[in-house]
Amino acid sequence: MTDSKYFTTTKKGEIFELKSELNSDKKEKKKEAVKKVIASMTVGKDVSALFPDVVNCMQTDNLELKKLVYLYLMNYAKSQPDMAIMAVNTFVKDCEDSNPLIRALAVRTMGCIRVDKITEYLCEPLRKCLKDEDPYVRKTAAVCVAKLYDISPSMVEDQGFLDQLKDLLSDSNPMVVANAVAALSEINEASVSGHPLVEMNAPTINKLLTALNECTEWGQVFILDALSNYSPRDAREAHSVCERITPRLAHANAAVVLSAVKVLMKLMEMLSDETELVGTLSRKLAPPLVTLLSAEPEVQYVALRNINLVVQKRPDILKHEMKVFFVKYNDPIYVKLEKLDIMIRLASQANIAQVLGELKEYATEVDVDFVRKAVRAIGRCAIKVEPSAERCVSTLLELIQTKVNYVVQEAIVVIKDIFRKYPNKYESIISTLCENLDTLDEPEARASMVWIVGEYAERIDNADELLDSFLEGFHDENAQVQLQLLTAVVKLFLKRPADTQELVQHVLSLATQDSDNPDLRDRGFIYWRLLSTDPAAAKEVVLADKPLISEETDLLEPTLLDELICHISSLASVYHKPPTAFVEGRGAGVRKSLPARGTVSEDTQPQLQTVIPNQESLIGDLLSMDIGGPPAPAAPAAPASNLDLLAGGLDVLLGGPEPAATATTATGSATGLLGDIFGAVPPASYVPPKQCWLPADKGKGLEIWGTFTRQNGQMRMEMTFTNKAMQAMSGFAIQLNKNSFGVFPGGALAVGALAPGAAADAPLALAAAGPVQRMDPLNNLQVAVKNNIDVFYFACLIPAHILFTEDGQLDKRVFLTTWKEIPAANEVQHTISNVLGTADSIAQKMTLNNIFTIAKRNVEGQDMLYQSLKLTNNIWVLLELKLQPGNPEATLSLKSRTVEVATCIFQAYEAIIKS
Amino acid sequence: MIHSLFIINPSGDVFLEKHWRSVIPRSVCDYYLEAQRASPNDVPPVLAAPHHYLISIQRGGVALVAVSKQEVAPLFVIEFLHRVVDTFQDYFSDCTETIIKENYVVVYELLDEMLDNGFPLATESNILKELIKPPNILRTIANTVTGKSNVSSILPSGQLSNVPWRRSGVKYANNEAYFDVIEEVDAIIDKSGATVSAEIQGYIDCCIKLSGMPDLTLTFVNPRLFDDVSFHPCVRFKRWESERILSFIPPDGNFRLMSYHIGSQSVVAIPIYVRHNLTLRNNGDQGRLDLTVGPKQTMGRTLENVALEICMPKCVLNCSLTANQGKYSYDPVSKVLLWDIGRIELPKLPNIRGSVSVASGADTSGANPSINVHFTIPQLAVSGLRVSRLDMYGAKYKPFKGVKYVTKAGKFHVRM
Repeated sequence: MTDSKYFTTTKKGEIFELKSELNSDKKEKKKEAVKKVIASMTVGKDVSALFPDVVNCMQTDNLELKKLVYLYLMNYAKSQPDMAIMAVNTFVKDCEDSNPLIRALAVRTMGCIRVDKITEYLCEPLRKCLKDEDPYVRKTAAVCVAKLYDISPSMVEDQGFLDQLKDLLSDSNPMVVANAVAALSEINEASVSGHPLVEMNAPTINKLLTALNECTEWGQVFILDALSNYSPRDAREAHSVCERITPRLAHANAAVVLSAVKVLMKLMEMLSDETELVGTLSRKLAPPLVTLLSAEPEVQYVALRNINLVVQKRPDILKHEMKVFFVKYNDPIYVKLEKLDIMIRLASQANIAQVLGELKEYATEVDVDFVRKAVRAIGRCAIKVEPSAERCVSTLLELIQTKVNYVVQEAIVVIKDIFRKYPNKYESIISTLCENLDTLDEPEARASMVWIVGEYAERIDNADELLDSFLEGFHDENAQVQLQLLTAVVKLFLKRPADTQELVQHVLSLATQDSDNPDLRDRGFIYWRLLSTDPAAAKEVVLADKPLISEETDLLEPTLLDELICHISSLASVYHKPPTAFVEGRGAGVRKSLPARGTVSEDTQPQLQTVIPNQESLIGDLLSMDIGGPPAPAAPAAPASNLDLLAGGLDVLLGGPEPAATATTATGSATGLLGDIFGAVPPASYVPPKQCWLPADKGKGLEIWGTFTRQNGQMRMEMTFTNKAMQAMSGFAIQLNKNSFGVFPGGALAVGALAPGAAADAPLALAAAGPVQRMDPLNNLQVAVKNNIDVFYFACLIPAHILFTEDGQLDKRVFLTTWKEIPAANEVQHTISNVLGTADSIAQKMTLNNIFTIAKRNVEGQDMLYQSLKLTNNIWVLLELKLQPGNPEATLSLKSRTVEVATCIFQAYEAIIKS
Repeated sequence: MIHSLFIINPSGDVFLEKHWRSVIPRSVCDYYLEAQRASPNDVPPVLAAPHHYLISIQRGGVALVAVSKQEVAPLFVIEFLHRVVDTFQDYFSDCTETIIKENYVVVYELLDEMLDNGFPLATESNILKELIKPPNILRTIANTVTGKSNVSSILPSGQLSNVPWRRSGVKYANNEAYFDVIEEVDAIIDKSGATVSAEIQGYIDCCIKLSGMPDLTLTFVNPRLFDDVSFHPCVRFKRWESERILSFIPPDGNFRLMSYHIGSQSVVAIPIYVRHNLTLRNNGDQGRLDLTVGPKQTMGRTLENVALEICMPKCVLNCSLTANQGKYSYDPVSKVLLWDIGRIELPKLPNIRGSVSVASGADTSGANPSINVHFTIPQLAVSGLRVSRLDMYGAKYKPFKGVKYVTKAGKFHVRM
């Protein structure tokens, strides 16, 4: 008697058969029929047609039957909302049942039925259940609040369920507390405003810590995760929290252990390194982390990704545990690669011999990816642990002797890095490398080899022959090999001019005349010019000392690392990306940061409510922003004197364009130049009229009018500075405060001195990957402008449309599914009056502003435009514009996972449509 | 939290889906299947699809794929999925496609009981068993006759007590408490026989059938041996910290009381050695293999169930060997040589030797296989751990007590 019997069908058709069985008088037959329906549902068959018949079975004393019907309801109620109403009465009645199991089951199931009409009836029973005498019912009801929030956040807030949930945090039963914490965390995370709805304070934390010891393992995970969001007031409190959490490290559940590690790593930041506790904690953290590595491979993988973070933040914790990261030959490949990464991070002079021995062993394994990474790791060890470099090099040489093709190629790539780190030290091995020249077929390896030949041309007798042999197939080479070849030959020529003139001419002509790769041509022309004008200067440029490469090439950036430490055990820690980067709809979410040592910031987010900021708060921010100058441009490798030479020389080659135009790299003039070239300005995106941002009376005579534009994917602030004072102004600089979209200056402010009465246009290129801080309104931008007189502050609104990117066009299908997937709660409507023009002209206008029309439909005389756009911070926004011919009012509906952006998008949309 | 669960068979069919929130189309599993096609045995446990995250485990030939739409702790999901499989095994004695299909309804009821809205609800086996009775033939027949069901209509007593792992009212005619101390030796031995790394992964598994609410204390002779310990929730951590004893009210039946790790601080005894000699290029296309196995640091105990598994280099076509003990087999497709030795009786040392045929002209350099060694040593905990005594409080009867020690090979590799 197995359940597979539920799948046998008869000729009459399954559904028909089931229908009659469901309506049978016999209880037993009914139950069997419902079981059959459930079995079909589990394999994904559509049995929604049986809805009324199944719901009819709901009124029963048999709990199993009731449960089965509920299972069915959860799956199909959404597709039959009107029918689902039929079930409401039974639910409400069950919520009053004397059996707590039934009360809990009813409230649980009701929460799973995502039908608005049912939700209305849920409120009263839920309120009762949250106060139920039985803890089982209360804990189920707590979860139900989270379900309800998912369906209708406003209802949860309006009905006061949040407060009831908060009360449950002090419940006498630890399981209820744990579930209340879980529900609250989820609600906080989903919160539309991005701000946590419930703040943790010391008494709550105390209650949580008490519940922690008594609740289930899953409850412990929830509580620990909630604790990780709390910052204790001082080191003493941190100390006591640490002590109460440490026992969790000995839990059998890996998730509990890792969550405890997260809280401890965060709190350790608050304790000064000298305290005894930090030492004790460091010692206590190591063993459980090591133990995670003997669990199932999936657990190992997640643990290793997190250990990678721990090791970067606090290398001491695991410095003696190198051996546990040694790779077993039957580890899954994803575990092997992670272990290798950590081995390199832990490598030090004390253990390097062991590590190298292992790496050498791995380099002879079967899996190609793993072998490559092992070879690369040897190179990284050489760079990281200086005294071991010689050993690493000889290990690499041994590997090259194996002649295994991909090993040799990988070895040559890393040897190039070793040469750069330790110049003039290991050149004796070059001859060995040259022997393998013919076997290299990967671009990176070939490019590395060519670089080595060029760099050490004076020591390789037949360097010219070697390079010449590469030149034969020049056009078939990969671009990076071509570039290296060009440079190598020029180096060779500068070192041995006597016999290589022909070679260099050959390569220059290959690069400049026969190639259509702009990089290659440009580099060719520059070398050519250099060589023909001033070989001595050429030597200075081409053979200049190179900056040494850094020790650790792949460390995470410290601020990101700190943020990730706060997210240990989460998906973010597995991807090593901040949650904002990959969890949708969290563009404006709260970023977590490690608490400061000794003190705690009272408020992580300064509240800046008004558009015109309070001076003090802004100054504080701006002071730390280095207002003095624009971001330093990347230092050119060549000495400054060569700039002249480059500019002066090129005109001959290029047939004499303006030297200044070629030499300048300021993006500021780029559009002007393009405009000139094309003769006419192409149809432009909407530019709002300039507004007065800083009146002269507030700017001590400096008046600033400005607007924002977007052209060719470049955002820009177009400002006009007018000097209405009696004295000349100079030394202009500009800074933008952190803002919601991370907009920051992409270049310097190109305004020179300004004589009294004079005005100057000041375009400022903008980029959008800067630090983010939520502003109110969202598109508020605070600006500081400095000149020789003073620093002035003002605020302006960024019109949203300049943030629309050029790749905001969604595929039709994707648009459709995304539209459906975004919950209705995330839809906002807006009416635009006085709309002129037809749907087509509007669509055209919108396209110029990067609002892309995906489809156009005509429904019952109305024109519908479906449009998509993407903001610079990767928030997708879907729009639906409803137009009625003859009616000047249009309705714009917006759907987005981050619905906060709606207001500013509506403003921009309306401005564009009326432009 | 977990939004949906899909169970997939090796041929890539989704044969069970369960949604705890809105329905996620099963097409989301394509991302998993794609990764599986790329590397069938090494699917990364965490995969990102455009709008979802897929966290999966593979056990018993099926893959469990949990889908989440939001940030979630992956370990939490992985631990939960393993718990799901444990529960299925507990209920149906196995977790295979056929068994799940045979018990669809119970499986579905179980899943619904284990998770609510993505939050774990009841995962303790004793609570689940009170809510949903495991199927057996007798009960099925009885239910058919009496019209009763497998589903309990009363709230399990343990659900909210502060010992949720134990049900109340347990009664046995024979009261017994058995402890198995199992130690697994994980080691890497290099070519020359030196130990590269060695550690012990230990477990104490219990089978406890005691009436009432017994309160047990387990004392070790040498409790300072452990480098790291993790306990079943029933163990009182405070007493371990202060007195180094295990004090607990046990769950009923079989469970893992404690697992421990020894290795980073102390030297681990290696109980076996393998002398190996593999030459692939000897004369023509023939190579030679010679292996001898013997005991080492076994404290006088016998090695049993010894087996060697060697994944030979790709160039090896076949092996023709003679063993003085046990049987061997070679699979030319997977290139795995398996030598099942059994017990090692001194003074005779098991040996296998003979020729291996190598593909002509194949590259034999750089191929160095690894030997995977299996063994068990009964009545020995290789770390030297010993239980000193077991005391019981809170019950009047005198139980049978027993401790058994066994040492096994874990991931024990010898490099050739």
